[in-house]
Amino acid sequence: MTGMELFWTWVAAFLTLSIYSFLYKDNPFYKFAEHLVVGVSVGYIFTINWHQGLHPYLFNPLAASWEHPYNLLRVIPLILGLLFLLRISRKYNWLSRFTIALVMGIGCGTAIPPTIETRIIQQTKASMINIIDQPSLWAGFCAVTILVGTISTLIYFFFSKEHKGILGGTARLGIVFLMVGFGASFGYTVMARISLLIGRLNFLINDWVIGTWNFIAG
Amino acid sequence: MTRRPHRFLRRAVLSLALPMLLFVLLVATGHAQSSAFDRPPAPVTNVALKDAPDDAGGAITISWTLSPDDAGGAMDVIGYDVRRSTSPDGPFQTVKSVPRGSSEAADETDLDSDVNYFYRVVVKDAKGEAPSVVAGPVQAKVQWFNLGRLNTLIATIIYITLLLYFIFHAKKGKKLFIRRLAGLDALDEAVGRATEMGKPILYVPGISQISDVATIASINILSGVARTVAEYNTRVIVPNYDPIVMTVAQEVVREGFLAAGKPDAYDEHDVFYVTTNQFAFVAAVDGIMVREKPATNLFIGMFFAESLILAETGASTGAIQIAGTDAVAQIPFFIAACDYTLIGEELYAASAYLSRAPLLLGSLKGQDWMKICLIGCIAVGVVTLLFGIESFRDFFETPLMIFRQ
Repeated sequence: MTGMELFWTWVAAFLTLSIYSFLYKDNPFYKFAEHLVVGVSVGYIFTINWHQGLHPYLFNPLAASWEHPYNLLRVIPLILGLLFLLRISRKYNWLSRFTIALVMGIGCGTAIPPTIETRIIQQTKASMINIIDQPSLWAGFCAVTILVGTISTLIYFFFSKEHKGILGGTARLGIVFLMVGFGASFGYTVMARISLLIGRLNFLINDWVIGTWNFIAG
Repeated sequence: MTRRPHRFLRRAVLSLALPMLLFVLLVATGHAQSSAFDRPPAPVTNVALKDAPDDAGGAITISWTLSPDDAGGAMDVIGYDVRRSTSPDGPFQTVKSVPRGSSEAADETDLDSDVNYFYRVVVKDAKGEAPSVVAGPVQAKVQWFNLGRLNTLIATIIYITLLLYFIFHAKKGKKLFIRRLAGLDALDEAVGRATEMGKPILYVPGISQISDVATIASINILSGVARTVAEYNTRVIVPNYDPIVMTVAQEVVREGFLAAGKPDAYDEHDVFYVTTNQFAFVAAVDGIMVREKPATNLFIGMFFAESLILAETGASTGAIQIAGTDAVAQIPFFIAACDYTLIGEELYAASAYLSRAPLLLGSLKGQDWMKICLIGCIAVGVVTLLFGIESFRDFFETPLMIFRQ
């Protein structure tokens, strides 16, 4: 490890401990790290947008519009983007609504077909199971569980009637299925988070403490 | 006596001729066999070109009859190269390589729409290669309609028909019942608590973009919350992850205050952009929670790994917390750390319930009827499968195949 690498390791360790200090309470170290990460991230995102968005897709094509006149069409999104900036004007901020309406419309339009395809059609198909033609008794039990779980959960999300009587009983069964699923998901995700913590502790112990010791010891 | 020499001669000739004939046959066969291994493989035949269906151009499907040395014969074929040119005279460039036994390949390499392309398929073995005759021209055409998504179109039409029907009825003034959600009962209570304590409400509309359905639902709920907050004279803080969501949120909160008859009470600085970086955003919102100490935290929208960090920090400040998301992996964390959680579609129902707007109420009714349709489809699918009929289920996968059949 070189001296410069050791320096940046200390910076990373200091910022890591500053963020972890929030576990005790809010303090100046945490505030410093928080403001630093927010500021750096905004600068980073701006740079990314400039180099991967505005520059290659707007300014470069516009600059080449002498050779490719149809590139001038990109003036339209440029104007729409500039309308956003009119939000700072009290008199003309209503003009930004055109852009917002366009973005909302495109957002909804592009979201609906894939949502119907993946969340409705594919899942409906996957729920159509031949519950008798299964390779084993256990597989048959699983198939029935999937079928009952899907239908009872759908009924839980039925809002047009009070959940009473048979509907209420089925909805209660649905929430049981949901909670079992959430419990499994909780355990699975906590394990993933623990692995992130292990990664950070690994950095603190190996890279920072042992790395510094090795550097001093030569 | 005179016939004996002839008989002897004939026997001698036969005894020599048979081995010689056998020798000649063996040599000829051996030569034929060795030449089959020495020469390049026999070329493929029947090269057919077809524009790939149901796409936006940019793909051509090439099929052929296998080389006789692949399907049988020497059996020493290594594979096939698909070569392309814009002229039948070449030069041809390899755009795809497939292993032996393959009789079809899709070319998706830098194809322009409405340009003539010519192809030849080159079969290869260890000794060399043999090109087919040039096939073409063919063009990669843009299809206006993706027949593979016909089921999506049908489902969308059914869904929109149901929505329009119920929206029409709601607009005519027909009373549409929607059951009360527990999380919503808590919402009025939470706003009232913030007012009594003289503390603000924190509303986090998730960390996704405006195209996300959960974000759109969150914006609808924010509209209702903003109106209630304005009526109670309470402050609402809305930190944003996405700048476009921020502009929409600003509009919605402003309109909420306007609808409550208090446009001057709206402070645009309370709806602000933080950063488009997940954990930097979390760090900032955590800081807001411990410094501003909101009485109520609302986490409604699309959330990812930051959900538990936000909810835990909020819980440590003693705030009432209501969360709502359709991110299945994050719901457990909100259930564990928040007072009330709107699970999945309850998020969409909440926006309709709060606003009582005919448009949203009708939409919710339409969604409920769509669920009945889906339960019916699943039931029909299961019953038909029990009778060995798979076409109903297959329609949900590849409707096009059913029509082609």
